[in-house]
Amino acid sequence: MSATLFLPAVLAKLADGKEIDAHGETVGEVVADVAVRFPDLGARLRDKDGTLYPYVTIYLNDEDIRFLGGFQATVRDGDELTVVPAIAGG
Amino acid sequence: MATSAPPDRGLLADRELPSLSNDEIHRYSRHLILPDVGLEGQRKLKASRVLLIGAGGLGSPLALYLAAAGVGHIGLVDFDVVDVTNLQRQVLHGTKDVGRPKLDSARDRIADVNPLVELTTYETALTSANALEIFRGYDLVVDGTDNFATRYLVNDACVLLGIPNVYGSIFRFEGQASVFSTEDGPCYRCLFPEPPPPGLVPSCAEGGVLGVLPGLVGTIQATEAIKLICGIGTPLIGRLLLVDSLNATYRTVKLRKNPKCPSCGTREITQLIDYEQFCGLKPAANEPKVAELPEITPRELAERLRAADDLVLLDVRERFEWDIARIEGAQLVPLAQFPAIVPALDPKREYVIHCKGGVRSAKAVRQLQAAGFTKVHNLAGGILRWSADVDPTVAKY
Repeated sequence: MSATLFLPAVLAKLADGKEIDAHGETVGEVVADVAVRFPDLGARLRDKDGTLYPYVTIYLNDEDIRFLGGFQATVRDGDELTVVPAIAGG
Repeated sequence: MATSAPPDRGLLADRELPSLSNDEIHRYSRHLILPDVGLEGQRKLKASRVLLIGAGGLGSPLALYLAAAGVGHIGLVDFDVVDVTNLQRQVLHGTKDVGRPKLDSARDRIADVNPLVELTTYETALTSANALEIFRGYDLVVDGTDNFATRYLVNDACVLLGIPNVYGSIFRFEGQASVFSTEDGPCYRCLFPEPPPPGLVPSCAEGGVLGVLPGLVGTIQATEAIKLICGIGTPLIGRLLLVDSLNATYRTVKLRKNPKCPSCGTREITQLIDYEQFCGLKPAANEPKVAELPEITPRELAERLRAADDLVLLDVRERFEWDIARIEGAQLVPLAQFPAIVPALDPKREYVIHCKGGVRSAKAVRQLQAAGFTKVHNLAGGILRWSADVDPTVAKY
């Protein structure tokens, strides 16, 4: 399945832009596909054990993947993944 | 769409509302003729008590617009002094205010915008010891702080007291806004259960911020505050608004209340905790002590350079920062390239590493220590303190 990953500027510099096309049957596979191409970005999306960080939230079509089974969530063609890291500036 | 309905007729639905004087009716006429606000909404605004945490980038538009809108009582927490680098975005303060406490310039400005507003100022850092006492009695808290520890503190205090928390945060060109801690809605911990490790996410002072960005996000927060008070519209409860100023996109994603959230779900958090420790800013009592970071002050460094001691001065900032200002005799090695040059360095020599404020250089110092270097120092306070203490011809940025 083909999906688009949307990145905030702080992570986009680790890839080649704010929108990345990636493939996979699940969110975990999409993230793994991205991590092969951009290892530094991959390390910011999940930890060494492949677990979601508590300070980075990933949305699958506007739904928090923590409520969809995490990285096991199923991806369909044309789905959008949005990465939202914690920021604290004020 | 919202996952939670707006509070019925607003936060002040059960409050006895004050009347408006003729002067007030005149001042707020554009609100009074506005369907959905009207006389009742304006009286609710007058009756409302809103606490703003921070009088900086977000706090500036918040204080100005909420005062102008006629919020009857504004509380303002800040302990900072106006610095010239604040003025690019903190429109509450002016050039004449540089060096003054932010609360003093805020008081003057708010009194000018709307002398009818009652202002209470708290010139203190918000802590676990004082937060509940300060928050109590306010209808609404608006979070305009600039660090994770205070954001978790504000969240937990709001949940414990049952006060809605209008959240906003910014970084470079992007921002986030939401409304947390309403009766049925999620809280900040539902969105981010834990903060990132210290140093992973740069602050605005390190990473920069577009001056108008806090204007965009702060006015969204002010709008949410007014909506909650008046009980109008669809508030950002159960939604996170993502603002991207460079792409001119505003998108919302769903926020769910996490039943396992220790703050608003299981309610395990029954009192405020040590947020510095929670955010990894100091080790827990049972953690092994991390080796102390060897530091050198700018004055000590200047003394040793004058004595022609054999020191290697490394600057781990980015090239564009180097182009703005640099310390004479330093060599530029941006932090991202630092690991690659470590093998080429001579462990017998003595190194002083610096960046803008000392955070990034501390990481480089740790890398050298890990590689077995023993004569390594972090320049305390970085090039900013070098400029302040040793060489004022080096530009501060």
